Amino acid sequence: MEKQSFFSGRRERKITEFLFLVPTVVAFIMVIIIPFIIGIYYSFTDWDGVNAAKNVVGLVNYKTIFTEPAFLHAFLVTLEFTVLNVIAVNVVAFLMALLVTSQVKGRNLYRAGFFVPNLIGGIVLGSIWQFIFASILPAVGKSLGIAGLSASLITNAKTVVGAMVTVNTWQYAGYIMMIYVASIQGISQQVMEAASVDGATYWVRVRKILIPLMANAFTISLFLTLTNSFKMYDVNLALTNGGPVAMFMKTPVQASELLALNIYNTAFKYSKMAQGQAKAVIFFIVLVVVSLIQVSVNKSKEVEM
Amino acid sequence: MASYNQLDVVGQNKARQRRLSILAEIGCILLFILFMLPFFIVLMNSARTNAEIINSAVGMPTNWGNFVDNVVAVWNNPTFNFLKALKDSVIITVLSLAIISICSAMTAWVLVRNKTKWSAFLFLMFVAAMVIPFQVVMFPLITWFKTLGDFLHLPLLRSHGGLVFAYLGFGESMTIFIFHGFVKSIPLEIEEAADIDGCSRAGTFFRIVLPLLQPVFVTVLVLNGLWIWNDYLLPLLLLGSNGEVRTIPLAVQGFIGSFVKQWNLIMVSTLLAMLPIIILYIFAQKYIVQGMVEGAVK
Repeated sequence: MEKQSFFSGRRERKITEFLFLVPTVVAFIMVIIIPFIIGIYYSFTDWDGVNAAKNVVGLVNYKTIFTEPAFLHAFLVTLEFTVLNVIAVNVVAFLMALLVTSQVKGRNLYRAGFFVPNLIGGIVLGSIWQFIFASILPAVGKSLGIAGLSASLITNAKTVVGAMVTVNTWQYAGYIMMIYVASIQGISQQVMEAASVDGATYWVRVRKILIPLMANAFTISLFLTLTNSFKMYDVNLALTNGGPVAMFMKTPVQASELLALNIYNTAFKYSKMAQGQAKAVIFFIVLVVVSLIQVSVNKSKEVEM
Repeated sequence: MASYNQLDVVGQNKARQRRLSILAEIGCILLFILFMLPFFIVLMNSARTNAEIINSAVGMPTNWGNFVDNVVAVWNNPTFNFLKALKDSVIITVLSLAIISICSAMTAWVLVRNKTKWSAFLFLMFVAAMVIPFQVVMFPLITWFKTLGDFLHLPLLRSHGGLVFAYLGFGESMTIFIFHGFVKSIPLEIEEAADIDGCSRAGTFFRIVLPLLQPVFVTVLVLNGLWIWNDYLLPLLLLGSNGEVRTIPLAVQGFIGSFVKQWNLIMVSTLLAMLPIIILYIFAQKYIVQGMVEGAVK
């Protein structure tokens, strides 16, 4: 009797555990694995996404996209945007974190306020900033007589990336600030006070104590902003939709079309599904490399500690 | 002598500190104004007529009655259909969150407690999948969901259900990863005690383990909730831009596309779109910030 219930218990346990895995494993296979494999396959075909005709053409798409000015330009602009954005977001976020962890009155209100843009979706805030760049700033520029502001910054190929960095910093800095705030609060106040008594000025304390102790938070924030900038889509679509036109390799290209938008447009706007898919595979490979670097950086840190 | 010098230094530091704190105060106020300015612009231009905005983009509302008119116009606009979009967004977000959280917690628990090669392999797969960007699966996902839906006679495209299922697939990897780390810290003895008391395996999970996971639920709900609520691309691909089911980001984008630069109405639409999440933030600010920060650090 005793033995039987023990066995039925074990079987019950196995069945339950199996059933607990079913929903996630099924969704994983249906939503990630199968589309991923089909996606790799598409990138080796000549499918346009509309007609049924699909022939395997090997590496043709990969060769085509690496000589295509629009893709190369999108790649370079994405790199430019990513580098500028990572610097802007983290510098602004760090300075804000210093401000709101000082003894400033109303620091909780500031913290809460700086975080708000991060709650709002890229489509909505991209539209708001489109209005600001297209109408508000030129009006301000004209009335104050500032030549640089009189024309819209998002229809100028030279300033459009800077405009996107501005919007993304406004959106994202409050979030990264919160990560820095959490890290600063984890540092013992006594260390900072001791250094202060020893005569170290505020900036010396920040440079010699705070920044080294925050190394972990910096790595996290750096990779977070890096991947998010690289994958940026919503704000790009709503703010500029890729425009204006610029010349690159003697071909007209979209000046602010980042990779994610370029991939989407290739497949749906220009009906080159297979080429869009090949671009997406390259996109994926770049992100794998970034993740591998991230893992190895984190590993080397663990050894140090 | 030395002590005098030291006092001197402390005095200097005090003065310097006062100067710094005044600077910090000014810096904070300026930054705060800068950060809030876009919201202020939205509010002001929501209460102006289109003619006023064309005449001068910078200006204050002359008549706040226009605000009511604009809101009524946007609210009743059949392209925007805010109430329907709000309802769809809420249904999709709430259902996705419930399913992602419960299913991922179940999986993470089994993977931690079952120390076999298979569970190690599965966990590795979930973690590895976090690197896969949406762009590489988004095109095949549509064709595959169409094929699968036809085969199963289930509407996977243009339906709440199909989108929620897709969110489970895209959200579960990170969620399992977060739960996995936490389940490891739960002492096995608690579960063994329940086992001896005759609790079934499922009972052990739902009555003992799930309540213990409560703090992680904050992180998981906030991270997934903000993502799903604001997501644009996946709903666009699975629901279509003018389908029966439309989330708020789809409605905003559709509305803006249909109105040729009627900025006052566009501003009202963004205002309405922002309102639900900002109201939620006012009540659950602590949890939202905590969830986002912990999600990043993990």
